[in-house]
Amino acid sequence: MRRSRLRGLLRGLRGSGPRLLRFIVLPAMLIAGWEASVRLGLLNPVFLPPPSRILAAAQQLLVTGELFRNFADSLQRIALANLVAIVTAVPLGFFMGLYRPFEEMMDGLVNLIRPIPPLAWIPLSILWFGLGEKSVVFITLISAFFAILLNTIAGVRGVDKSLIRAALSLGATRRVLITKVVLPATLPSLFTGLRIALGVSWMSIVAAELIASSSGLGFMINYYRELLRSDLILVGMLSIGIIGFLMDRGLQWLERRLLPWRVAFEL
Amino acid sequence: MVIKVDIVNVSKTYGDEEDGDFVHALDDVSMAVQEGEFVSLIGPSGCGKSTLLHIVAGFEHATRGRVSINGRPVAGPGADRGMVFQDYALFPWMTVIDNVTFGLKLRGMAARRCQEIAREYIGLVGLDGFENRFPHQLSGGMRQRCALARSVANNPDVLLMDEPLAAIDALTRNALQEEILKVCDARADRPRKSVIYVTHSIEEAVFLSDRIVVMTPRPGRVLEVIPVPFDHPRNDGTRLTPAFQQLAGKIWGTLKSYVGPREGALP
Repeated sequence: MRRSRLRGLLRGLRGSGPRLLRFIVLPAMLIAGWEASVRLGLLNPVFLPPPSRILAAAQQLLVTGELFRNFADSLQRIALANLVAIVTAVPLGFFMGLYRPFEEMMDGLVNLIRPIPPLAWIPLSILWFGLGEKSVVFITLISAFFAILLNTIAGVRGVDKSLIRAALSLGATRRVLITKVVLPATLPSLFTGLRIALGVSWMSIVAAELIASSSGLGFMINYYRELLRSDLILVGMLSIGIIGFLMDRGLQWLERRLLPWRVAFEL
Repeated sequence: MVIKVDIVNVSKTYGDEEDGDFVHALDDVSMAVQEGEFVSLIGPSGCGKSTLLHIVAGFEHATRGRVSINGRPVAGPGADRGMVFQDYALFPWMTVIDNVTFGLKLRGMAARRCQEIAREYIGLVGLDGFENRFPHQLSGGMRQRCALARSVANNPDVLLMDEPLAAIDALTRNALQEEILKVCDARADRPRKSVIYVTHSIEEAVFLSDRIVVMTPRPGRVLEVIPVPFDHPRNDGTRLTPAFQQLAGKIWGTLKSYVGPREGALP
């Protein structure tokens, strides 16, 4: 009896109509269970405040403008870091992908530095740039840089050999080959690199702001830890989750708009 | 008769001849293609027919011997040799018309004139109305029509085709064989194309060619050169004539002993 009802529920979740339902059913159950556990005294609200408290805290941070201010600071740093990463890593990745000897020359260095976690750079960057803006941007830049660099190299390497040969047989010179064939063929990988870079940017910026900054979402989270305000900490964490998700979706949307041919290209 | 492509004592070896770990892909192959002649290379896998085509195209270098086009030795890929690939090699980010004008624009031709020529050839291969589609919106047969238009519109001295119909379904293939002959035919402003056509299909070679070069594997050698006497234009009626069937049967008889269960296996 119970089994058949469960099966009925699962069947109801199939198909394209209830896609949204499938998407929210697990979070909704989690939130309901969470709220109930705290109210029933199963969880200590100091360690894990109930969703209703978090909602109230979010409202408070929104009204005072504190959430937006810190968000804007973090976002600005991420934008700056990623801009610098694109401007440096894309040309470098292109040269490394195109010229084998240059790639061999750089390969050792890149692979030596790459495994060092961006966070391990924090002490050195504080020493170099002091506490504040520059350090945070530097740490974020390092994480974004390698994501973009590696995807650019892979993109250039992965250009279909037939396309290169076709272009050469149509009379393409080396310059035309790079600008009209290799560059557009690499764009999907560049997008992938940028999406990964934005993802890791949020990871490292929060850590950097925890230590080296007096503003930003990372700082905010750490600040409220000192005040034991777990509800406000959770507001900060959830904000990062939501923003990260929206940015990734935004880039996906942009990619579909700009590179409509990509889907079929991958098949 | 003017010799368009002259292949003299060409050998190709992969690997190192010194340490004994090498493969003779081509062994002392000589042949010539006259102006306006359609020559097919046919033979079992490993007979070096694609390698020979790639050497003529300039994608690979001969280990020994020489290839010249209009008396000039081949130094690399160039617009004088148009290439049609099995996998189409269309630029996925360009529409049909942009693909076809790619080579024309590189010649410094005025944009209007590029469009005119491109539309003429797009019409010739039966793709009118599809000028602004992207390759991923086309069927396999239509993609190959587009690739054919792109190569021929660029007016190369020699057209090189590497199993262009191998990935096309059997019904479309028959139709496309006629299209290929039509496109390569003499036109008001240009003579009949000289073609080297690589194929696995005896029927296809007989239908298309003026001469068939039968090759044998390990090492790749020319076994026999067979003239095909049928008049142009050729159509479905040509395929049904006894002479056509006889010739196809004769070639199969020649090749049969080279195609066996042991031939496909690696040594």
